[in-house]
Amino acid sequence: MITIAKDVRKELKGLGEKVLKDIEKQENPNIEIPIRALSNVVFDKKTGQLGLGDKTSKRFYFNVAHSKKFMQTMMVANFTNSLINEKIHASIRDMYYNLKRTFPDSNENTFDEQQESDPIIVDLEVALNILRENLHLTTDRKGIVAGNVVIEDRGDKIDWSKLGSGGWSIPSTVDEIDFDRVNADFVLVVEKNAGFERLHEDKFWQKNKCILIGTGGQPSRGTRLLIQRLNSEHKLPVYVFTDSDSYGWYIYSVIKSGSISLAHVSDRIATPEAKFVGLTISDIFEYDLKKCTIKAKEIDIKRAKELLDYEWFKNPKWQKEINLMIEKGIKAEIEALSHRGLKFMSETYLPSKLKKKDFLD
Amino acid sequence: MFIIVKKTAEDFAKEQKEISVSEFFEKNKHLLGFDNPTKALMMTVKEAVDNALDACQDAGIVPDITVKIKQSGEDKYVVSVQDNGPGIVKEQIGRIFGKLLYGSKFHKLRQSRGQQGIGISAVVLYSQLTTGNPAKVWSKVESKKKTHYFEMHLNTMKNEPEVIKEEDIDYAVLGESGIKIEITVVGRYRKTIEDYLKQTSIANPFAKINFTSPDGTKITYPRSINELPKEPKIMKPHPYGMEFGTLQRMLHNSSSRTLQSFMTNEFSSVGAQTAKELCKVAKLDANSKPESLDRDAIEKVMNAVQKVKIQRPPLDCLSPIGESELEKSLRKEYPNAEFITTITREPTVYRGFPFMIEAGIVYDEKDIEVDDEKKKGDAIDVLRIANRVPLLYQSGACATIEAVKDVDWKRYGLSQSANSLPTGPVKVVIHMCSVWVPFISESKEAIAPYPDIVKEMKLAIQDAGRNFSRFLSGRRRAGEQKRRVQIFERYANEVANSIAGLTGKQEKEIEKKLLGMIKNRVKIIEKEIEEENNKNGVNNESNKEETKKDEKPKQEKIKEKK
Repeated sequence: MITIAKDVRKELKGLGEKVLKDIEKQENPNIEIPIRALSNVVFDKKTGQLGLGDKTSKRFYFNVAHSKKFMQTMMVANFTNSLINEKIHASIRDMYYNLKRTFPDSNENTFDEQQESDPIIVDLEVALNILRENLHLTTDRKGIVAGNVVIEDRGDKIDWSKLGSGGWSIPSTVDEIDFDRVNADFVLVVEKNAGFERLHEDKFWQKNKCILIGTGGQPSRGTRLLIQRLNSEHKLPVYVFTDSDSYGWYIYSVIKSGSISLAHVSDRIATPEAKFVGLTISDIFEYDLKKCTIKAKEIDIKRAKELLDYEWFKNPKWQKEINLMIEKGIKAEIEALSHRGLKFMSETYLPSKLKKKDFLD
Repeated sequence: MFIIVKKTAEDFAKEQKEISVSEFFEKNKHLLGFDNPTKALMMTVKEAVDNALDACQDAGIVPDITVKIKQSGEDKYVVSVQDNGPGIVKEQIGRIFGKLLYGSKFHKLRQSRGQQGIGISAVVLYSQLTTGNPAKVWSKVESKKKTHYFEMHLNTMKNEPEVIKEEDIDYAVLGESGIKIEITVVGRYRKTIEDYLKQTSIANPFAKINFTSPDGTKITYPRSINELPKEPKIMKPHPYGMEFGTLQRMLHNSSSRTLQSFMTNEFSSVGAQTAKELCKVAKLDANSKPESLDRDAIEKVMNAVQKVKIQRPPLDCLSPIGESELEKSLRKEYPNAEFITTITREPTVYRGFPFMIEAGIVYDEKDIEVDDEKKKGDAIDVLRIANRVPLLYQSGACATIEAVKDVDWKRYGLSQSANSLPTGPVKVVIHMCSVWVPFISESKEAIAPYPDIVKEMKLAIQDAGRNFSRFLSGRRRAGEQKRRVQIFERYANEVANSIAGLTGKQEKEIEKKLLGMIKNRVKIIEKEIEEENNKNGVNNESNKEETKKDEKPKQEKIKEKK
């Protein structure tokens, strides 16, 4: 479960006290941070999630190569601590500007670019085993949701079924919303906004009693957390619908198992029960879409070969699909289904796949 | 119709006449270095000072020289140079100052400032051509005797002095003895005169020079040592590097009775054995009369010299500044320099002439910071000195510059683009002393870049460079230590502030403790730098780990591109 604010404060205070103790003992002050490089990313077969191994590195104050980052880490910790104390939120860009200053008698800045402060936040997440969202840091909204659901967000009640042509934009702080009413049988996650629009206009979520989520490409942490909460708190099965290519399939895998760069938060924002509904290469033949395929580029093939090697794609069905793509040298977008009619996707393809439980796991 | 009048050889003969040397130089002022007013004023000072130094040194007197420049018209300057040398006897004054190519040095192979006997008389000639004023000379040879005063012109047709006024005067112009010369020339005053005097003082640590510039500023260049250097010995010519004409003249003027004795008497490093062998190889009778040798025979001698192994010339004819003397004198002129090193190479030989190279490197970062005109990106200064005389023009053609460019300065941390001088707060001094410095022109502005000489200069710089390199690495270590301490100190406040925010403890207390720790760690920092240097390592292990973490996994990157 998500760490609550009181615990986060304890963690931050703990960090400060640890460093202070180093100083009092006349030892080189340091912060221990698990390594986030690929070499320390492991796939847990039992939970079906990516996670960090136990390799850590220490960031020392008295090491010219570390010193600045040490200071920056302490600054970010202190900044988020005051956010929590004052019960306000800040975007990661706000934080960058707030902490940026020039040292007296020099032309050196605490931070030169936001690119410097962003990784520090992740370092802190990893070091303290807490989420950025719990540190009251926000990012841009990305992802849309629609469905027969009512939520409470900062005191306002929002009905996801009454938002007209749009949907509800998913914020980065999904952990702070409460579900009032959830009336759905499953969650359908669509990779593309265009696909979301199509299904939303066709009232797919109404007709099929589901929650429809559009990720707009690689899903944001907020979107992933929302999917995870709907799955774990409301026991809703999750089906992922993406293009039939290696990139689409990786989006599915990020939702299900977590990503390599954010392996440390997989257990909190990944949904191991998620299943893949389409598009597969087999579907292209099954639904007669051969004319609408795109020739796979060299990079697509290379990426597909990498997927073959990932532990979490070792399922024989997946291996078959990926090999088929490599062999045929083709890929297809979900919009290809419109070749069979604009409503083919919402009225024929998806209902039939769902009914047959034709999923990849 | 045209009538073509054919000229006969006789007609031409009437037009053809001897050109006096003076007339020749009148038309070719640039050959002596008087190309423009700035250079002309410089040459005037330089020739007079060089003469004064030579005179004092030859007489065994520690030189005390006074140089005054006064502006007497828009472009006219009165230059007066006074020394405490032995003075010049009445009878000689005219010829020394008023006749070109008259002097004591041309026929001797001996290290001296002047060589040809042109310098000061060329100044007199130039003064006369540009202002019409006579040269004024005061000379005192003994303290008991009166000062002799002279005013003169130079007769360019005859190349002879023309005395305008001559008298003995009672009042004291000079001290015990010495010469004072006063010359009016058309010129332009530039600070390069001061550079020249400063460099002269560096090259002649035993000389004291007082200078008064046209605006009345007085500068003293004190001596840094009190003794004169050992007097350089006169050297007989060495057979290597002998030219046909010279040999012919020597043979004809020789008083030796046989070819063999001519060789042993007139040349250095030639004993009876070598002389006999030379005659044998040349297939000439060792007993033949020197003046009887014809062109053919001289040619044979020349060829034999190339074939027979002859000992190198004696090296006691050289008088270097000296390693410690040069260093003292550089210290005196660059008191703020962080580092000075000097070296004197062993003597060596080019074309039969012994020579010696000395080099010095001065590292003076403050000089650059103080001097606004100079920027860090400027090329280093090269002080070029030949037989204790600074060279100020035509540096591009000079052997010294070629040698400096040839050295790899990047290893000393200076930036240098291909085939150019490096940049940085560095001065390089190169001194060549020799019985015969090969200048590229009569105005003696640049040393001809003979490969043997350039090579020796480069070796000298590299020798000095080794010391320089040691200094720089020590300095770098100290700088790195300072940098690290600064970094830790700089971050202490933010760190203390953050810890205070997180723990609720006093910020000032924490900062004080942190700063205290930095003080205690100086030794550790020193050791760390030492270890890193030993490893030659830019990346130590812990640095690597930190960088690795910032690499984004490849897969994510590809996905983002979509």
